[in-house]
Amino acid sequence: MFDAVIRNLPYLMGGFGVTLELTSCALSGGIILGMLVGLGRISRVKWIYYPVTVYVNFVRNMPLILVIFWFYFVMPILVGRPLNPFVSSVIAFIIFEATYFGEIFRAGYQSISRDLINASFSTGMTYSQTARYILIPIAFKRMLPSLITQSIVTFQDTSLAFVIGLQEFVRRTSIVDNLEFRSIELFSFVAIIFFIFCFIGSKISLHFEEKGRRTGVL
Amino acid sequence: MIEINNISKWFGDFKVLTDIKEVVERGQTVVICGPSGSGKSTLLRCVNGLEPYQKGEIIVDGISLSDPKTNLYNLRQKIGMVFQRFELYPHLPVLRNISLAPMKVLKKSKKEAEKKAKELLDRVGIPEKADEYPANLSGGQQQRVAIARSLAMEPDYMMFDEPTSALDPEMINEVLEVMIDLAKEGMTMLVVTHEMGFAREVANEIIFMDEGKIVERGSDEEFFTNPKSERTKAFLSQILV
Repeated sequence: MFDAVIRNLPYLMGGFGVTLELTSCALSGGIILGMLVGLGRISRVKWIYYPVTVYVNFVRNMPLILVIFWFYFVMPILVGRPLNPFVSSVIAFIIFEATYFGEIFRAGYQSISRDLINASFSTGMTYSQTARYILIPIAFKRMLPSLITQSIVTFQDTSLAFVIGLQEFVRRTSIVDNLEFRSIELFSFVAIIFFIFCFIGSKISLHFEEKGRRTGVL
Repeated sequence: MIEINNISKWFGDFKVLTDIKEVVERGQTVVICGPSGSGKSTLLRCVNGLEPYQKGEIIVDGISLSDPKTNLYNLRQKIGMVFQRFELYPHLPVLRNISLAPMKVLKKSKKEAEKKAKELLDRVGIPEKADEYPANLSGGQQQRVAIARSLAMEPDYMMFDEPTSALDPEMINEVLEVMIDLAKEGMTMLVVTHEMGFAREVANEIIFMDEGKIVERGSDEEFFTNPKSERTKAFLSQILV
């Protein structure tokens, strides 16, 4: 019964490839920018803290689809030339996801008590030794489950790039559907693929969460 | 020798320490007591440069902490500190908690640092916990690991910030015993605690602080039986039930 899927498999999986590409660009950019956003959110320097906080609050209160539209339709007017859908979605996703990753990093940094850092200092360790052996490993272990969960959400969200015509997985499926009229099979196939990836991801996140709890790091 | 020369400290507009003066000679144990918020912990943190102060001077072995040329990281190697809530590194096993600083700061080999760490675990009475994570230890055991972690740096001074206040009553003694042994072996100690039994047994001097000031100091039984100020009397009558 999945013959419509099998007939169009290379084309569909090509779309899935675009989805994976968009996800990895969005994640690497979003996580790197997110680390900086997280640092900005705990900064005591006012001209860093306030702009970053305004950015985070503004973007987190926008629907993602609006951010995608904005970069696709408004940016070309500002830049003076059209952007291709892939580049414009990558920028939109990085800007959007960085605010979520930023809050995860902020919480991770803030979860480490002042006295734990003092304990390290009191044994003569320097700031960079403390960051390397104490702060970053603990923060990373505590954040890992949330980082994985947010990465899954990002992976799911990429299908929204559909709306600006990016030929990712869902878009290509709908193109095939327009030719084949086999909506049930085609969209079930997409659902199954998304489910498998996200389910495995959430299990990995759970594994790290339980491991963290067992060893008392969380 | 630790010399605290009339230091004062403010948190913003709030004055937490006022003209604190104290000398801790080598081999002495000084106990600091007083109600919460009286500045005891802040004073300890000033002594190893974890908190800045705005007036006066603290001199450790002739080195001034407020001198911008002083390398605080070097200075802290000789001042161990034990915290109320243990503050063990939760992501590292017990042995590694103890051997980390000797390896990274003193550049000892892993073998040497771990040998020393095992000796110290023996000394605080929990050699069997070397490979456990801190979360699997009781509070009393965690605090003894924290003491071992400080001792691994072979400090000349040890500071304790309410080391038994976060412990269940039945675990207080196992920690105090380790501290009493240390004091008797001649370690120079600055201890914030309300354990007056400990103070009676090993303290060379007891200081009572209130509202950021030293209200009273004494060196013998007189401090407990016949305190001079009303404030000290009231405080002692509450904790010496």
